[in-house]
Amino acid sequence: MIGIVDYGSGNIQAIANIYNRLNVPFQVLNQPDSLKKANHLILPGVGAFDAAMRELNDSGLREALDIEVLIKKKPVLGVCVGMQILAESSEEGGLPGLGWITGKVRKFDVAKLKEKPFLPHMGWNTVEQKMEHSIFKDIDHELGFYFVHSYYFEPSQQENILGTSFYGESFAAAVFNNQIFGMQFHPEKSHSNGVRLLSNFAKL
Amino acid sequence: MLRARIIPCLLVHKKGLVKTVNFKDPKYVGDPINAVKIFNEKEVDELMVLDIDATVENRGPNFEMIKNLAQQCRMPFCYGGGVTTVEQAKKIIELGAEKVALSYAAINNPDLLKEIGDAVGVQSVVVVIDVRKKGLLSGGGYDIYVKNGKEKSSFKLQTFIEKLNSIGVGEVVINSIDKDGTMAGYDHNLVQMVRDLTDFPMTVLGGAGSLEDIRTIIAKFKILGAAAGSLFVFKGKYRAVLINYPNREEKFSLLKEAR
Repeated sequence: MIGIVDYGSGNIQAIANIYNRLNVPFQVLNQPDSLKKANHLILPGVGAFDAAMRELNDSGLREALDIEVLIKKKPVLGVCVGMQILAESSEEGGLPGLGWITGKVRKFDVAKLKEKPFLPHMGWNTVEQKMEHSIFKDIDHELGFYFVHSYYFEPSQQENILGTSFYGESFAAAVFNNQIFGMQFHPEKSHSNGVRLLSNFAKL
Repeated sequence: MLRARIIPCLLVHKKGLVKTVNFKDPKYVGDPINAVKIFNEKEVDELMVLDIDATVENRGPNFEMIKNLAQQCRMPFCYGGGVTTVEQAKKIIELGAEKVALSYAAINNPDLLKEIGDAVGVQSVVVVIDVRKKGLLSGGGYDIYVKNGKEKSSFKLQTFIEKLNSIGVGEVVINSIDKDGTMAGYDHNLVQMVRDLTDFPMTVLGGAGSLEDIRTIIAKFKILGAAAGSLFVFKGKYRAVLINYPNREEKFSLLKEAR
């Protein structure tokens, strides 16, 4: 069962809609005990870094999440701000992140963009896969994925970068550390590619 | 590379989909859910649905409809119509929409945009500005209209966009009432004027009559959203109703030529 973690941030319904259509069992989880039932966890997230961290810290789920992910090693997928909070910190706020993948969240350097619009980086962009991984199995890289964000995760270790995109500069669009994954784009809003990626994740 | 977006814009009137000309004479073009299913198959970049009755009827959004549409959409979905409170905006995002669009309420009370941005994230806040060209005697330029083009706003276009710049929004949609439904091409002067005034992502609506119109606007302004109603719901000179959208090959070659 896929557990979509409802800590008060993120587009839970859109992810649920896709698993519904895929006939993959899932539940929206908001109680610490309920996380035990899931084999895989998804951490959504939208809005500001600190707001998401505050919601997560106040949700009472933090400790249970650490146990499921760091001790029981369940696969987890952070989406958008849910990816950014995997980092240690962010230029967007002052609260520490989960720190599951070393690195920092930075703001795009608008000076590197040649023309308007500037921020957010919004729309369909391609992802250059940096290594083979089953989570990207059968992904159509010509189509790409839908992004909307002004900050990006910069992992301190190159080997944590699964795929990059380009917006004035190259940035990490997908990161991982063992069974912990983060996607800056929105698989739940990326047509067939998103459906495939969420399906691949469920099979890990 | 980030791509320009090509966006079908659907209007909801009396629970059906309609297409207007200069904001008048709504012609029934089909069922919203059915249209979304077709646009899913066609892998549209994004979808915008505007309920053109809500503000005029002085009512809030139809959440049941939004829920049904959002459940279908495998692409970013923007809903607009009748949103006047933070709670409504939050509910729309919770139902699975990516963006919530405001027009009348934003023009009446721009600070509402800030409150909604704080609640759902600035990137999800879209402002739709309906404009009409001023008469030549008034020295040119554009006026902002609300309530389906029925009421002129006292806000000057430039002042309003400067206000948006200071508040921060995710996207500005500029809609030409003069061009609506005419399929005679976008108003490039209008787009240029708004582009010069703001750095935000921008979508243009009103006038697209062919893929060539879309190619030329993208060639000129590069990364922008090119939205269209008539083009994606009518086919041929007799305007037969047929939901359509360029296939992948057509879209990618259009974008390549426009680069």
